[in-house]
Amino acid sequence: MKTYENTGSKDTRSGFGAGLTELGQTNENVVALCADLIGSLKMDDFKANHPERFFQAGIAEANMIGMAAGLTIGGKIPFTGTFANFSTGRVYDQIRQSVAYSGKNVKICASHAGLTLGEDGATHQILEDIGLMKMLPGMTVINTCDYNQTKAATIAIADYNGPVYLRFGRPKVPNFTPADQKFEIGKALNLTEGGDVTIVATGHLVWEALEAAKTLNEQGISAEVIDIHTIKPLDAKAIINSVAKTKCIVTAEEHNHLGGLGESVARVLAQHSPTPQEFVATNDTFGESGTPAQLMEKYGLNANAIVNACLKVLKRK
Amino acid sequence: MNGFIILIRCLKKLILTLNNLIHNLMATTKQLQELTTQVRRDIIRMVHKVSSGHPGGSLGCAEYLVTLYQDVMDRKDGFDMDGLGEDIFFLSNGHISPVFYSVLARSGYFPVEELSTFRLLNSRLQGHPTTHEGLPGIRMASGSLGQGLSVAIGAAQAKKINGCGHTVFALMGDGELQEGQNWEAIMYAAANNVDNLIAAVDLNGQQIDGSTDTVLSLGSVKAKFEAFGWDVIEVEKGNDIESIKTGLKDAKAKAGNKKPIVILLKTVMGNGIDFMMHTHKWHGKAPNDEQLAEGLRQNPETLGDY
Repeated sequence: MKTYENTGSKDTRSGFGAGLTELGQTNENVVALCADLIGSLKMDDFKANHPERFFQAGIAEANMIGMAAGLTIGGKIPFTGTFANFSTGRVYDQIRQSVAYSGKNVKICASHAGLTLGEDGATHQILEDIGLMKMLPGMTVINTCDYNQTKAATIAIADYNGPVYLRFGRPKVPNFTPADQKFEIGKALNLTEGGDVTIVATGHLVWEALEAAKTLNEQGISAEVIDIHTIKPLDAKAIINSVAKTKCIVTAEEHNHLGGLGESVARVLAQHSPTPQEFVATNDTFGESGTPAQLMEKYGLNANAIVNACLKVLKRK
Repeated sequence: MNGFIILIRCLKKLILTLNNLIHNLMATTKQLQELTTQVRRDIIRMVHKVSSGHPGGSLGCAEYLVTLYQDVMDRKDGFDMDGLGEDIFFLSNGHISPVFYSVLARSGYFPVEELSTFRLLNSRLQGHPTTHEGLPGIRMASGSLGQGLSVAIGAAQAKKINGCGHTVFALMGDGELQEGQNWEAIMYAAANNVDNLIAAVDLNGQQIDGSTDTVLSLGSVKAKFEAFGWDVIEVEKGNDIESIKTGLKDAKAKAGNKKPIVILLKTVMGNGIDFMMHTHKWHGKAPNDEQLAEGLRQNPETLGDY
């Protein structure tokens, strides 16, 4: 089984910051907006290097999204930065009308997604954002798994013309994808080959899925791990091809099972290839305060939970 | 053959350009008034045909939009989304789409005949304006209120980055100021010296459920804008073309002085059709056959119906 090495844990938000810094140097049309969270979003370098292309919106996210839509009129490529909660739920109608329906080339970049924001608790831990964004016609939804992938995705979305939701997080997580990767929107990555069970994971849970695959391998179960960084448009072909071999699937995400990756996968399979599926996701609940690791354990979002879901789904084949 | 077509196209373009030039040079108040009368006819015919739409606010803003597009804005021929090298306009209170569509059509953005498709299936003239159907002249969707000023501020900032010295105009309704996003935008524009922006508020004092005073009083809109750091220009007669011209001239003179500018335009909802005036009841209601006939009688055809 192919294994992956953690080259040093890093936060995915820093991958976003590094990508934005690079874009500042390579693409003069890129502009950035932030709602009073420059340090949290790692936008300091871009602001320092390109003050004329940086807009501090203050604690006023609705206006920030509107301004971003306006900045596209004149050829700018705006990247907005705030927490996932304030990037989506708080400004849903602004994104819907001024960005998505108006077809504006805005990149909504959201940090501190999911439970792993940690101690701040449920007010800040959005577990509904993937659902909100994927329901918008024309919106591309990306949830990256590590520092390198987040940096590559940040750079890649500047070259794509259309609205994008880019979701990443706060805690340091293993960095294991190549530093020189080319990020292809909508292209799933097969990380391990396996014949017994497919694990489709997104975001921070991709590493957990790899850990789960190792454990399963020790038990003689061969798992195929697929990294779905783009939830919309979904790489249906990759999923259908994999379950043709394995005949069962587990989806894993740091998100509510309602509206998340799991439901998108289930829709594809129900239509093309009905397959037993188990969901590693939160169960229609809000989060709470705690360390990221404690929360992942309590809410069933770690490698252990993925192993258990695989054992369960294998029995349903 | 191709050469011939190109020659004809070039000649057409030349004639259009000369027409615009002559029109711009000679946009007398009388001509603007005649166009306004025709726009009023367009508005009530459009909403009557589909028995839906918003005639009240549309009629109230007819003089302003006619003056803006025909006498004030420096516009290029044709339409492109980026609007570099020209003044651009955003309508935030998208429900007054009838007046916007009529003025756009009569300013050459699309054929006036297309006004007959307003609110019909497969039309580019959606109930509320949208970029989604590719109608020339529209740069953002509006309808869900309170979003236009933010977009206009963003576009104004893009103009600054691009070194484009032109102006961004925006129009909002007064009831719309009840939406909190406006106050985020109003605070932002003043704090960041967005001085290439001329916003206008249609102060007709009416909204769907009644007067703005009874629904949710706005207090002094002037005092509020001034307190937020804007330059305020009041146009007491918002349906008088000379007054609008003076207000817009004052606004343009104030541009570039580190402060955003707002024109408070006191209009009469339903202006120009006596039984629709001074009431919120025609905010979102279409006239019946008799009411249409009476409205048209009060506004005789000038430039020709679509």
